Amino acid sequence: MAKMHVQMTVNGEAVEALAEPRTLLIHFLREQQNLTGPHIGCDTGHCGACTVDMNGKSVKSCMVFVAQANGAEVTTIEGITQPDGTMHALQEAFREHHGLQCGYCTPGMITRAYRLLQENPSPSEEDIRYGISGNLCRCTGYQNLVKAIQAAATELSAAKEAAE
Amino acid sequence: MIPGAFDYHLPSSLPDACRLLADLGDDARVVAGGHSLIPMMKLRMALPEHLIDLRAIAELKGITIAGGKVTIGAMTTQTEVIASDELAHVCPILRETSLQIADPQIRNLGTIGGNVANGDPGNDMPALMQALSATYYVQGAAGTRDIKARDFYEAAFYTALNDDEILTVISFEAPPAGHGFSYQKQKRKIGDYATAAAAVLLTMDGGACKTASIALTNVGDTPLFAEAAGQALVGSTVDKAAIDAAVQAAEAITSPAEDGRGPAAFRTKVAGVMVRRAIEEARTRAGGGEV
Repeated sequence: MAKMHVQMTVNGEAVEALAEPRTLLIHFLREQQNLTGPHIGCDTGHCGACTVDMNGKSVKSCMVFVAQANGAEVTTIEGITQPDGTMHALQEAFREHHGLQCGYCTPGMITRAYRLLQENPSPSEEDIRYGISGNLCRCTGYQNLVKAIQAAATELSAAKEAAE
Repeated sequence: MIPGAFDYHLPSSLPDACRLLADLGDDARVVAGGHSLIPMMKLRMALPEHLIDLRAIAELKGITIAGGKVTIGAMTTQTEVIASDELAHVCPILRETSLQIADPQIRNLGTIGGNVANGDPGNDMPALMQALSATYYVQGAAGTRDIKARDFYEAAFYTALNDDEILTVISFEAPPAGHGFSYQKQKRKIGDYATAAAAVLLTMDGGACKTASIALTNVGDTPLFAEAAGQALVGSTVDKAAIDAAVQAAEAITSPAEDGRGPAAFRTKVAGVMVRRAIEEARTRAGGGEV
């Protein structure tokens, strides 16, 4: 099948490439853009390890064809780190609160939490648990994930207030 | 898992999409959010040679409420259904149901049109649309027609929708102000389909039930409109005897498959429990007090 011309903005940079329409967004990002932060976990839309931000919404990139993402604005975990390499408040909080063990779910989890905190800057514990319900973690038991996201929410709100 | 190869089409209008579908015939499928179709394509249980993406068709999007009538474009996502305060005001059971579908990422792409058109008995919106007595508008090369949600589902993944038609709009009369409602769903975990689920809408007048509408999810080949169950409540005070009768009538029409969610007899009982809880909550919400 013919390849199609694909254009999108990935982590703030314009990207152009040729790809078969059936290429899944996760494969496009990992194999053609060398962005191996988002992981392939279940490959069936359940686990959320492949979560990226597309047009301001969290999506599972193993369930999106690159053709459907043509023209989109995509952010991966690589784009959440500050350009100078400084970690995002969520990344700091995950380290501080032991919000990961094996680390496999972490890029998807943080990318999802990143969007969750923009949709709801001061979520309750229940809001967080519901908000990350599309991301599975088989190590932590979620306790420290929730603590890390709460801590990051507090940190980001304080930083925002200080800036105003 | 790599799906089969296909040509991708992105029509910008409904007539263009219908023309493509008519020209390409059986080899083509339309895709909305893709969260039912893409998994099937990855398993190669679906192998369309042409994929017609509906995302660029503006007229398929949006929620309109006017003159007591609710109209929802097929490409409206579950997230957009949840986000609409106006919709939640006139018909709160939509938001309540959407919030129980899959997870946030899936709801961001999954659409209400895909949910009702796919014919998957595990989907939640079809039973709700039957309870609301909704109408689906479909368009094909030959023109448009409308089909009642209660007449739409024929068997698992078989519907009244023809291969060359696209479901474009869902429409229903908003239930009267002060109505009671509840969507109760038992599932093993977030993201799972229902072991059984029930949608209940009712109105109370002077302590008696004036209207009641009940439908069931995932306990048969199709969503099930439980007409007799609803009738069992009408005229009663929605007391225990009436609820028992409704539960019995609902259980009687189920024919669930035995699967990972449990044996058939268990799932029938769960359907009964969901109906009972939904009626009790709907009654309370309609101002009928606790049972």
